[in-house]
Amino acid sequence: MKPTRPTNPGAAGEPSADVRETGPPGGGAERPGAAGPGGAAGSAEHYLEVADLSVAYRTAGGEIPAVRGVSFGLEPGSKLGVAGESGCGKSTVALALLRLLPASARISGRVLLEGEDVLAMRWGRLRAVRWAGASIVFQGAMHSLNPVHRIGDQIAEPLLLHDRAGPAQARARVAELLEQVGLPAWRARSYPHELSGGQRQRAMIAMALACRPRLIIADEPTTALDVMIQAQILRLIDELVTDLGISMLMISHDLTVLADTCDRLAVMYAGRIVEEGPADDVFAAARHPYGAALSAAFPRVGDPSSRRAPRGLPGDPPDPAALPSGCAFRPRCPEVQERCAEVDPVLWPAGPRRSAACVRVLSPEQARAAGVPPAPAEEAGTGPAAEGEPRADRDPQAAARPQPQPEEM
Amino acid sequence: MDTASRAPAGRTAAGPPRRGRPGLHPAVRYLGGRVITALVSLLAVMVTSFFLFRVLPGDPVAALTQGRAVSVDQLEAMRRDFGLDQPLPQQFLDYCLGMLTLDFGMSYEYRVPVSELIAERIGPTLLLAGTGTVLAAMLGLALGTRAGWRRGSLMDRVDTGLALTLWSVPSFWLGLLLIVLLASGAGLFPTSGMSTPGVEGAFNVALDVAHHMVLPVATMVAVVYAQYMMIMRSSVLDEKGADYLTTARAKGLRDAAVLRRHAVPNALLPTVTLIFLNLGRVVSGVILIETVFAWPGLGSLFYSGLRVPDLPIVQALFVVFAGSVIVMNLLADLVYPLLDPRVRT
Repeated sequence: MKPTRPTNPGAAGEPSADVRETGPPGGGAERPGAAGPGGAAGSAEHYLEVADLSVAYRTAGGEIPAVRGVSFGLEPGSKLGVAGESGCGKSTVALALLRLLPASARISGRVLLEGEDVLAMRWGRLRAVRWAGASIVFQGAMHSLNPVHRIGDQIAEPLLLHDRAGPAQARARVAELLEQVGLPAWRARSYPHELSGGQRQRAMIAMALACRPRLIIADEPTTALDVMIQAQILRLIDELVTDLGISMLMISHDLTVLADTCDRLAVMYAGRIVEEGPADDVFAAARHPYGAALSAAFPRVGDPSSRRAPRGLPGDPPDPAALPSGCAFRPRCPEVQERCAEVDPVLWPAGPRRSAACVRVLSPEQARAAGVPPAPAEEAGTGPAAEGEPRADRDPQAAARPQPQPEEM
Repeated sequence: MDTASRAPAGRTAAGPPRRGRPGLHPAVRYLGGRVITALVSLLAVMVTSFFLFRVLPGDPVAALTQGRAVSVDQLEAMRRDFGLDQPLPQQFLDYCLGMLTLDFGMSYEYRVPVSELIAERIGPTLLLAGTGTVLAAMLGLALGTRAGWRRGSLMDRVDTGLALTLWSVPSFWLGLLLIVLLASGAGLFPTSGMSTPGVEGAFNVALDVAHHMVLPVATMVAVVYAQYMMIMRSSVLDEKGADYLTTARAKGLRDAAVLRRHAVPNALLPTVTLIFLNLGRVVSGVILIETVFAWPGLGSLFYSGLRVPDLPIVQALFVVFAGSVIVMNLLADLVYPLLDPRVRT
């Protein structure tokens, strides 16, 4: 009965599968002010500030953690990519930001949108913030658009609701939006089934832009599209978001997509961020073995080394109901050490503006300070960098240097 | 039957636009296919009707003359009169030719053309069945939507339980119970019939008829609304996990607006077809209810015709009842494209 994908418990058909909106988490006032492991304190410059966000699904077999203490911040106009396998909790994070999870989900932590905690908002305020403050480009616009309503009416719906636009005003804005995403204005009269996958995704983007939000959450925006259309849609999103100065949180399993589009990259595994940093650095030289495996799974075109050494990752993501002790990635890790079973790694500084949740990024001094047992290789006289992923050694001194706050993005 | 089995395939094939294909406009093709299917079904019903009632036990002539002294000659004359002396193929031919000209023959019992009897009785039946069906469908859709949207809630369990209990109650029993309690008991409503003799003035007559209608309509609604409710409930449940509802919520719509604007229009699609299909059952329900309440409609006419058996009446009514189901199905097919843009193309 355990949902294979914790992001979609409704499909599993538990008694609690009612797709109802999640209520405000209880005890919001008593929530500890301190952010989670390494969490940054709320800073005014972040449009979106997520601190120690956790989501658990209540099922007949007990609570299943889907997201376990995720923290990140998003500056106005910046683009953050969240990568990970299916079931790592990335879509749950996206839906939790606007409290769109089913009633069986229990959320804790803080989601500050312009300093205001979304998780503690009243219903009326929450409805006002939805779409106007942050809108979502959902995956697979086939199912995310209502099949019985015209495209134009669906785009106009938030305009009528949030902007209190008149019908004529809304029509004009819809035409303008369609033009922005490269669709002819007459498409407003079409139904979703009359559009191709790419056109539907364009309509979805037009809809997301309708109320001029300052944040767009793109949840697998190109997943169901073929590669050519995927590139078009990505370019479109990238251009629009950059031109309009909108912040974006893009979620994808495809690291190349994120590396091309985003400024910063966060890699999620088993409900946690295990690595984050500037997109190019993370993609080129991941410090966490999972991040490295993920980027190796998508060979870069024109890079002969990736062609010669294609790699995947054996095994499946862990069952969120029965996580291994210590590091959740331990059973699949190619570079597992004895101490990984004892230490639950948190995000440690791992380079300039980078961090990773792996004991290998710690220098002996840092390890001692964090209470982590020394690496076995260290006792044998080898430095931690020597056994690191070769591609990760672009900056061998990084681990030794004092690091800035890891969550700053 | 071949046409009938081909029909659903035609619907799905109508999905993508057929450009550059010569021939009829897709809408005409769709419409034409449906009408032909309906006509074929109607033909099958006509044939069935003729043989079905001839298999029934009982001799109409003997039944009509029961308890009276009649000579063999008179019986023969009656038989000749009714055309029952003819060989079966000849009777069938006469019957078919009659049907085509809407001449259903002469009632054995009432000695008037069946078409006259039907014309006289169809109004009350349409009034009763129509009112009952509309009310039952409205009640069922509203309750079903609520129950499906809040599945497992107390409201869902109570409403669903009550509806299913009433559904399992025989309509004639409920009708008799209501008569005993509210009509002959409390005296709130008339026990039978459609009007009180001597009432004058259009308004008063309407009021009088409405008064007579309360119990039969209530009986009918109570017994049938559960089907509409259960269909709508399961349709809403099917739509509840749909992605477009998450989109609607993300837009900031209220829960009620998500349900009304997004979930219900989609949930109605399968429901409408099933509702029209279910209308067939209304007929049998109406026969019993009309009989219990002595409602001067087609149902009680059918019931009295069956006792003789008054073959022209039962044959004609069978065709009328089955024909109304066929017409309803045809209507469902025609209404469906109006609701679902995907079928329209």
